[in-house]
Amino acid sequence: MAMQHVPGTDRGRVFLYALSTCGWCAKTKQLLTDLGVGFSYVYVDLLSGEERDQVVNEVERWNPQLSFPTLVVNETKVIVGFREDEIREAVGA
Amino acid sequence: MVDESEVDRFARDLAREAEAGGYHLNPDEEFTRSLVRGLLANQERYGYISCPCRLASGNREDDLDIICPCDYRDPDLSEYGACYCALYVAADVEAGARAAGPVPERRPGPAERQRQKEEQAAAGRIPGGLKYPVWRCRVCGYLCARERPPETCPICRVPRDRFERFI
Repeated sequence: MAMQHVPGTDRGRVFLYALSTCGWCAKTKQLLTDLGVGFSYVYVDLLSGEERDQVVNEVERWNPQLSFPTLVVNETKVIVGFREDEIREAVGA
Repeated sequence: MVDESEVDRFARDLAREAEAGGYHLNPDEEFTRSLVRGLLANQERYGYISCPCRLASGNREDDLDIICPCDYRDPDLSEYGACYCALYVAADVEAGARAAGPVPERRPGPAERQRQKEEQAAAGRIPGGLKYPVWRCRVCGYLCARERPPETCPICRVPRDRFERFI
């Protein structure tokens, strides 16, 4: 399964779309981990075929520029890029 | 898996080329190494070093603008002090005089890129009175008037397919 879950405090549905090669995606993932927030993530560059198309469409819906990291909190708040203060605020940590 | 000695070697080569051309790599060595590792991973899976912080299609023609150094590096260095992935930074950032902030994505999204591509294809050729077309290196801005762009940009060393028709 492409989607990974990192266990932690429940702050709602926290979903990270990331690239396995990207330094800013790594920083975002590390921040969420350090904050102890439960979240799911997927490395879009490691997907292929239909699964990849499906996830790419999902990211584009939140962020038409299809850039990474794209963090979606509770299917309402979208944060594009490693914006530490915004991320902390969105997950209430 | 990317070989760590290969990462060292490539990081050294990039740093040397950058300094020779008046550019600077990010002084945060650990972070820079992670990006170099990403570049090598992309070289391995796509055959070219596309930006580690962007989703490549795997089709070289579609990814030309994000092959490192990308088309957006120089404007981002001017405006934000770093390129999008922050492999390259401006001189004052390298010297520690200021920190580079997050760089918003300058590359248009997939729908807009498609529109631009169609627009370019529809644009006419050869304005009157010019003996040669003028080509522009999309990476460094070098201009030359000749039948075809050079095989390699004499300024920044990127290959011919990184040139666009300017006039």
